[in-house]
Amino acid sequence: MTETRVPEEHESQPPQPGTLMTRATGVGTSVGRSLLLPTLAMVTALVIGAIIIAFSDIDILRLLFDDPGAAIGQMASEVSRAYRALFRGSVGSVNSLSETLFAAAPLLLAGLSVALGFRAGLFNIGAQGQMLMGGLAATYVGIYVSLPGIIHIPLTLLAGFAGGMIWGGLAGLLKARTGAHEVITTIMGNFIAVFFIQWILTTPGLQDPGRNNPVSAALSGTARLPRIFGSGYRVTIGLLIGVALVFVVHWVLYRSSIGFEFRAVGSNPEAGRYAGMNVALVVTLAMALAGGLAGLAGANQVMGLEPYKASPALAGAVGFDAITVALLGRSNPVGVLWAALLFGALAAGGRAMQGAAQVPIDLVVVLQALIVIFVAAPGIVRAIYRVKAPDEKPTQLTTGWGS
Amino acid sequence: MDKLETATPEVVLRTSAGERRATIIGVVLMALAAVVLGVFAFGVPTDASSTFNLSLPTDAIQGVAWTFNSRIFSAVAGILIFALGTDRLRRRHLERTNLALGIGLLLFVLALLAWAAADSSFSLVGMLRSTVISSIVITLGALTGLTCERVGVINIGIEGQLLTGAFVAVILSSAFGTWAGVAGAMVAGALLGALLAWLAIRFAVDQIIAGVVINILAVGLTSFLASRVLSEAQDLNAPARVSSIRIPLLADIPVIGPMFFDHTFFVYVTLILVVALHYGFFRTRWGLRARAVGEHPKAADTLGIDVLKVRYRNVIGGGLIAGFGGAFLALAQISRFEENMTGGIGFIGLAAMIFGRWLPFGALAAGLVFGFSGALAQKVGILGTGIPSEFMLMLPYVATVIVVAGLVGRARAPAADGQPYIKQ
Repeated sequence: MTETRVPEEHESQPPQPGTLMTRATGVGTSVGRSLLLPTLAMVTALVIGAIIIAFSDIDILRLLFDDPGAAIGQMASEVSRAYRALFRGSVGSVNSLSETLFAAAPLLLAGLSVALGFRAGLFNIGAQGQMLMGGLAATYVGIYVSLPGIIHIPLTLLAGFAGGMIWGGLAGLLKARTGAHEVITTIMGNFIAVFFIQWILTTPGLQDPGRNNPVSAALSGTARLPRIFGSGYRVTIGLLIGVALVFVVHWVLYRSSIGFEFRAVGSNPEAGRYAGMNVALVVTLAMALAGGLAGLAGANQVMGLEPYKASPALAGAVGFDAITVALLGRSNPVGVLWAALLFGALAAGGRAMQGAAQVPIDLVVVLQALIVIFVAAPGIVRAIYRVKAPDEKPTQLTTGWGS
Repeated sequence: MDKLETATPEVVLRTSAGERRATIIGVVLMALAAVVLGVFAFGVPTDASSTFNLSLPTDAIQGVAWTFNSRIFSAVAGILIFALGTDRLRRRHLERTNLALGIGLLLFVLALLAWAAADSSFSLVGMLRSTVISSIVITLGALTGLTCERVGVINIGIEGQLLTGAFVAVILSSAFGTWAGVAGAMVAGALLGALLAWLAIRFAVDQIIAGVVINILAVGLTSFLASRVLSEAQDLNAPARVSSIRIPLLADIPVIGPMFFDHTFFVYVTLILVVALHYGFFRTRWGLRARAVGEHPKAADTLGIDVLKVRYRNVIGGGLIAGFGGAFLALAQISRFEENMTGGIGFIGLAAMIFGRWLPFGALAAGLVFGFSGALAQKVGILGTGIPSEFMLMLPYVATVIVVAGLVGRARAPAADGQPYIKQ
């Protein structure tokens, strides 16, 4: 009744000889097969996105009744203008590539948070709130501590980790002690965190002097993340931290004993309990670590982004995009890296699309949701294209509302 | 499947858990009593008096009000809460712990209102009326949830269904009138329900994942269309406000009248729906079959019930209810569309479903409790008590966490909730 299954995937097996890509991604036995499904999912999502763009312009729709031919022509040019801007803004130039990497960094950190939760059978929808709490803690340390950068930056990041860890761990503790489902507690945690940060950023000491809206003072220069490719490109070492954490999370999940307990409890809590694992502790710890990773994403948003100030909007929608990143990456740390790069490209391209083609950036959210739907239900893609995409067991973590 | 074997240890466990819970709640009540006595009773001057207005300016019978000394009122309330707390700590009447907590919270809220309204007046009936209004969407969300979960499908996408319903309702109502808006919203909710059912039943996608992705899709799509269409054509974001229908005679009863009998048709339909769903689920053959599918799909299948068809039907039907809720939100409560205007209310509805133990009347009662916390936040915020407004705004969300954390006891979900059914 309370059984949970997160199917083991290929990445837990020892690396096998094969192509470079196979070894790098650790997924599947054939690059073509493992990339077929995500590629087709993306193509299908882009096609549906094009239809949405074409049929949401009021002027063109009015024209459709008078002069259908001209209307269809305008639709086509609008779609191509939007998608060209999307492409140029994501990979079209060195600066676009830097913007893609810049957008990918928080997605990667928060995506790892959600993925770690999935592996332990927990659905962390609270990355958004954990980012806010992490960002807030990092802001405190970034403003009030004065140290040389070489110590200040790690300390501020650590504060961000701790802030998110407390907020995520609280949801884990509630689940472990009372059975409160983390889906509801973490979503409520998001709202509570927003109101909390709205209030605390108006208190003297944190608020930017001379402002009356909730915005913090700027972090001191020693707490700001240095840029990798010089001041002309916005991508910071936050990305490198994320990439390093891909390997750390992979090691924790597949090489450490606590990671084994995460996965065991995630697949079947009853079995874990009979094997002598402290399920309550494992659940709390998994949520705390997941929260910490999201907290780092929040710290990245205040430490790596001009004007280096905290506000209730510091997380943007990264906490929610992180869910799609983790799902697309199939909760595999390396998969999360690729998914974060893809959605980072969509985010960077979406900004360009909004600027150049006046197509709202919210389209990117629609594309992400569609991609994830097609990846989660491969049957749809198989039926459309009549291909034999690899048949993987769907992720199942639903346990109902009980304990 | 192993119910019989675990029956005995569970009983033993529950007794000790009950005692622990009584201790925790005893401590909570003591803390509440301390706040009531220390802040609410002694934080006001001795001769301050509070007035609770029991009639609205529009009522037929005017001037019904209740004036009392603020400090004496809070002191009495504090002592009563203290007594309840001692009772818990001495482990008496363990089976009435929830009742004690309920009474304690009610006294606490009344003392809070008396304190906030010291030397001024406060419209108690106004707050109760807005409790009913804000409970409607929550109740409809909870009814959607239980309609799906009674047949074994978890619907996390209620939030997205409400949001999409609100969006469609605003556009169609602005263009073609209220009824078109309501009907369109219901169809939109049902379409998202169908998508959830299709993903969950046909492709066995994890139901919580499918629901969350539907929410993301709904947020993206409505925000995209709002900034592309509604910002261009603002006349499409101006639905006619739905007016109240005053029920003759009943609406003139003091307190009860303005609370329940002077509302838009949405409120009356919701109340009727609660009764209808209760009757449907527990008094008809359809309901028995639906519950069988949610408890033991294999047995239901063996008896010739088409499990998948029942699931499709209920999930789509639940979508109709959620779409109706979205229409209420957009046409009666707010009267325009704003990006992300639902603000987590669909999830509060899910919590209300759990709190209401998957029962229609329970959903209504839970909806009223959550609606009350929302109305309280709003009204106390207006009174200006020095409590930062952000903390008042947190109240419904904190209340939700407390509820699902089982401070009010554990409920049992339908046994096959969340399990895909694959016919052998």
